Amino acid sequence: MSPPVVLLGPQRLRPTLVEAVEELGIAGGIAAITAGWEEREDEIDELRAHLGRRVVNLQLHRRTEQIFVRDREFFVAYRERRVRLRELQDVYRRRLASTLDAAIDVLRREGDPEVLDPEREDALEAVRRLDARHLVRTAEIAAEFEAEWRPGEREEIARHRAEVRALVADCEALAIAGGNVAVLVNRLRLHGIDALVRTTPVLAWSAGAMAMTATIVTYHDNPPQGPGYPEVFGAGLARVAGVLALPHAHRRLRLEDRFRVSLFARRFAPLDPLAFDDGAHLHCTGPRCSRVEAVRRLTPEGDVLEEAA
Amino acid sequence: MTPELRALLTSERPPDPDAVERYVSERGSPVVDGTSVTFLHRGEADAVYLQHFIYGLPTAQPLHHVPGTDVWWIEIELPRASRIEYKFVVERGRRKRLIRDRLNQNLAFDPFGANSVCHGDGYVTPHWTLPDPEARPGTIETHEIASEAYGGTRSVRVYLPARMRPTRRYALLVVLDGDDYMTYARLQTVLDNLLHQNEVTQLVVACTQSPDRMREYAANEATARFLADELVPYLESVYPLRRTAASRGLLGASLGAVTALHAAWRRPGTFGRLLLQSGSFAFTDIGREVRSPVLEPVVDFVNPFRENPGKPSERVFVSCGVYERLIYENRSLVPLLQRTGMDVRFVESRDGHNWENWRDRLREGLAWLFPGPLGLVYE
Repeated sequence: MSPPVVLLGPQRLRPTLVEAVEELGIAGGIAAITAGWEEREDEIDELRAHLGRRVVNLQLHRRTEQIFVRDREFFVAYRERRVRLRELQDVYRRRLASTLDAAIDVLRREGDPEVLDPEREDALEAVRRLDARHLVRTAEIAAEFEAEWRPGEREEIARHRAEVRALVADCEALAIAGGNVAVLVNRLRLHGIDALVRTTPVLAWSAGAMAMTATIVTYHDNPPQGPGYPEVFGAGLARVAGVLALPHAHRRLRLEDRFRVSLFARRFAPLDPLAFDDGAHLHCTGPRCSRVEAVRRLTPEGDVLEEAA
Repeated sequence: MTPELRALLTSERPPDPDAVERYVSERGSPVVDGTSVTFLHRGEADAVYLQHFIYGLPTAQPLHHVPGTDVWWIEIELPRASRIEYKFVVERGRRKRLIRDRLNQNLAFDPFGANSVCHGDGYVTPHWTLPDPEARPGTIETHEIASEAYGGTRSVRVYLPARMRPTRRYALLVVLDGDDYMTYARLQTVLDNLLHQNEVTQLVVACTQSPDRMREYAANEATARFLADELVPYLESVYPLRRTAASRGLLGASLGAVTALHAAWRRPGTFGRLLLQSGSFAFTDIGREVRSPVLEPVVDFVNPFRENPGKPSERVFVSCGVYERLIYENRSLVPLLQRTGMDVRFVESRDGHNWENWRDRLREGLAWLFPGPLGLVYE
């Protein structure tokens, strides 16, 4: 049986990590990943104090910077890959705006349901197709890069991976914090954490929770400009199946807007869009989630409901 | 006007001033009913006028007197989402006083004091202008900077984002009238919030303040020199700043906006981001006649600028209130800026020439000029 994964709500104002660790019966050290905090990844004093046990900072961000300095050829290739992904994201964003605008127009239109309902579903399906294509394209670029550059076989990366593996082997669980989800996921992959999360208990929150799911969707319903449409970012490490993790949902999504909630849920079906706000706790072992607290599900009807175990 | 208020103010029954005041205490004053706004005043007077600073309407509009009472009122049409500042002119005998509305506790402050504020239907004070307990506050450091341009030293307050790190490179925003932005436009709170929300990239913000802004901010060569040749190099020597034009910005309002555009024009390639709020971009198409002698040096800059703007910056955000006299100058500037090849965005608001108008546009302007990793960060 695969080890448990616990997804938590944001930890800054209401830390619940230590409770989750104790529930898992973990007495030993914790390997912490705070690469999503980027330059601030070493600022884990609060985390250490909260956990009150040995915490090993894996320093994936710092390690990555070292790799980039020492393996310039790889760095240049990695940067080109990033440019390609950004361009792809930009094109997707532009296409998404028009496709989603059209879908919203049709969904809001009043008229004969017999005529409109099939059109509504097809308009939404067009958005789903675009999302799915983007997920495939980002995965293709990542796979092409892996095949061409074989990061795990490069000396500098292999050395860091071995060190990280040894550090994790000396701990009982991985704690993966939030931050910049793009930076975090890239660092996790670069250091081979996608394999380690399958053999080690994981506790993850905010962007860390997003990284543990199969599909990462970024969102902000009230940006300073633009329509604020959620975007598929790419694939996560797929440690938890069927879930779309939405940290800080109460702040970043207009959960009182039933139309937007419904559109979100229908667009990303069959994934379960789950809001992870303060105090949220989802405990999964294999495909089953055995403990759920303060996790709310966005429904196709436009409701935001407390999720039951 | 609401039927209840109309009945209180215009009915044939004996008037009851206390009932009016009770109504106001429940509803707030001015009484906003859709686009109808009723201003009320109580007090002995020969005449009372609403002075509202809306360009396009008579500056002072007389209030109606409710006979046999000390109640005065006026109803005006105010478009949705408007926000206006006002006072009452109260005349009694030969005495004329300019006072705030004592029935309205909503005030806006500026260097000259405070005005009463009316929020039209649909206006909401932006949430990001209010302190957010989750936002980590930045810190302020004060520097005394020697200036050959001005002669002597200038005090500059520098906002540093929370958790600033020497290993990271930061963008720089220089703010004209920076202390006033801090005091009257809640700049520090706004920065804390926008940085916390990742709507704006990590910024160091230098607040400059002039002891003689009417001269130094009127397209003044010494100010351009100080900003570009003295302040920026000094700050780059002290803080880890990105040394590209795209990472340097100027923010100013009114004459401060003139200063920002002028400095960028005089030092092209230095400031790649401009946030120009209600700029006093006075110009003449023929002759020299301007509204005020203060604006003469501005005209001396804007006229040749309009003839030969070059490309002083890369991205320019212009905002202006439609109730400002300067809306004409700003609307006319925008197409000219666009023709230079710069990326230009223009936003109008239903507001006047005041600090809260400028405060309310900061999010859109800063997030466009210095976008942060909004969608990607979940801490």
